[in-house]
Amino acid sequence: MPSFGESLRNSQVYKSIFRHPLPLDRRHRVLVILTNFFLHLHPVSIRRQGIALSYTWCMGGLTFFFFLVETVTGVLLMFYYRPVAEYAYNDMLALRDATSMGILRELHRWGAHAMVIAVWLHTYRVFLTGSYKRPREFNWGIGVILLMLTLLLSFTGYLLPWDQLAIWAVTVGSNMARATPLLGLEGPGAALLTVDGIDLITSASDARFVLLGARFVGENALLRFYVLHCVAIPLGAALLMAIHFWRVRKDGGISGPL
Amino acid sequence: MVDPVSYDEFIASVSGPLGWFFVLLTVMNLVAAARTVLGRDGTTLLQWKRFRLVSGQLWVVLAVWFAIQAVLCFRADPTSMAWVAMPNWAKQWVDHWMSPTWYTIGLLGGLLGMFLARRFFVRPPVAWLMLNLSMWFLGASLTDQNFYQIVSKPDNVPIVGMVYLLGFFTWMSAYRAVQNDDRLARGEPPLEAVDDEKTLVWPDLVYIELICMVAVTAVLIVWAIVLKAPLEEPANAAHTPNPSKAPWYFLGLQELLVYFDPWLAGVVLPGLILFGLIAIPYLDPNPEGVGYYTILKRPFAYVVFQFGFLGLWISLILMGTFLRGPNWSFFGIYETWDVHKSATLQHYNLSDYFWIWMLGRELPTASADAGMGGRVAVILWRELPGLLLMTLYFIGLPILAASRIPLFRQLYAQMGWPRFAVMMLLLMWMILLPIKMVANWQLNLQYFVAIPEWTLNL
Repeated sequence: MPSFGESLRNSQVYKSIFRHPLPLDRRHRVLVILTNFFLHLHPVSIRRQGIALSYTWCMGGLTFFFFLVETVTGVLLMFYYRPVAEYAYNDMLALRDATSMGILRELHRWGAHAMVIAVWLHTYRVFLTGSYKRPREFNWGIGVILLMLTLLLSFTGYLLPWDQLAIWAVTVGSNMARATPLLGLEGPGAALLTVDGIDLITSASDARFVLLGARFVGENALLRFYVLHCVAIPLGAALLMAIHFWRVRKDGGISGPL
Repeated sequence: MVDPVSYDEFIASVSGPLGWFFVLLTVMNLVAAARTVLGRDGTTLLQWKRFRLVSGQLWVVLAVWFAIQAVLCFRADPTSMAWVAMPNWAKQWVDHWMSPTWYTIGLLGGLLGMFLARRFFVRPPVAWLMLNLSMWFLGASLTDQNFYQIVSKPDNVPIVGMVYLLGFFTWMSAYRAVQNDDRLARGEPPLEAVDDEKTLVWPDLVYIELICMVAVTAVLIVWAIVLKAPLEEPANAAHTPNPSKAPWYFLGLQELLVYFDPWLAGVVLPGLILFGLIAIPYLDPNPEGVGYYTILKRPFAYVVFQFGFLGLWISLILMGTFLRGPNWSFFGIYETWDVHKSATLQHYNLSDYFWIWMLGRELPTASADAGMGGRVAVILWRELPGLLLMTLYFIGLPILAASRIPLFRQLYAQMGWPRFAVMMLLLMWMILLPIKMVANWQLNLQYFVAIPEWTLNL
């Protein structure tokens, strides 16, 4: 009489999904990595010291994990949240007071902080182990861009609660765009861009206006930040992450002594 | 802004959580003591004639000390809490010395000292003792209302966590680097090369990943339950909070606004940081030190990165978070955020110092009917001291270094002049920050080169 587990693993359905038995011997431990979509990000075998926690700190993996946490909790939050000045703050209150599982926003916010910290620690580790050196120079550059996108993701999300903390933090941050050389109203050289005496760079056409969709942090800024936060930056980050992970493999895997 | 809660009410509300905090510290030290005793690997910390202090004994003493603190906290009355709290004289002493200049110099000097004496600081008992001391300092400080208010702000809690994580990982990497440097000096391979055969990803790596994910998920859930996400008053464009702070990870850049024009602080310098980070692999000519922790194989890269990361980026974030209050004034960690404390000191430019103070003349100004060229000439003449100084700093010093200092001479030979010039430009910008900050605080110097006519100030 075969056990339930055995008959399950011998069933046509199970075999159609997993294609091979439990990874208990060497052959199937190799196959499980090769035939599983999620596991195939990994190589089949790896240097023992390369995966020691004392070496990698697991921070790159955790950064990716936090990105997934943010994606899942973010999608759930989108069910409850409308990026419109009249509704946004009330939706926050409703999220806090009227939804079950009332820690959704907490998970999302603390996950974001954790992701920023994890990506810094990952960069720190990669630097300290000299892992940016040849042949990994290009992937280090991709990593720096990803670090910046992490900060921008967090920054654009900061506005969405539409409370005092949000609009003033974003006001402080976006005021700097006003000072962009040539393209910001108060940046050096902006006065040089004129056609027949008409200024091209005004408070309604400079870099800050492009960012906010207005002269101040208002409803247009809320919509722009929402779209950047939920669609544009995550897509960009996902593309770069795919390249980043692929290049880790192509550049020789986790670094180690030669 | 202090809550209208009286001190006694406040103390009663923090004493319970603080008690559990000290219970945690007690348990931590008991575990550490048990490990040293059972493992028989106690280090002798002090020896004086027949008296010998072994690390395990010290952890027992600390455990007892923290247990007493915990009991005092659970009693929760003001008399007991007075024994737990940071004494007033200590608070005043800390606040007195915590000027921006001392904070910056102390932090940079402390990092340098720990780097130079790293052999001492990476010893596990020393690191453990420092962790204990910092935890005790944190616990005792949390009995201060002002300190508690800043540290317990929901968005600031992660920063406290980050400080400990950075401390831990900096220690661990230095610990391994010192071991590796010793091994390499003896002709042995680094730790990372020992016992380094290939292993299968399933199960070895997959299980590490799974355990990490589960552990982190648990931490995140507990964090989300214990600490509510902040939600302040509804957005109101007519009411500016004082202070208005950027999100914490951008506070370093906000701090730069005090010392530089917005186009430099907000656009050019962040751009240089990004560019500089991406350029690191192309600017580092040293092929050694790949895949293991080391300091001696790449001391220059290590020191420069730590200066930029811990010494500037993290240091400015901590300053912006914990030490900057209303009107962006500087406050000690125990100081009340008084809206009326304003440091509206007059600041002067280098040209003011040169023409008015040194030469006793007025600033050169163009006559009303001067043409374009005349006005430009007068501006350049007025700012000549600053322009010369900056030329000397950004071009003269690197040339001097490349020709006189052996380390830089070697870098120059390895890199060639274009890469060397880019590296030095980035390095000189990094070094300029603390110089400019201290000059701003101590000499009230605003700009070395001040040309507001063209929004060009430095």
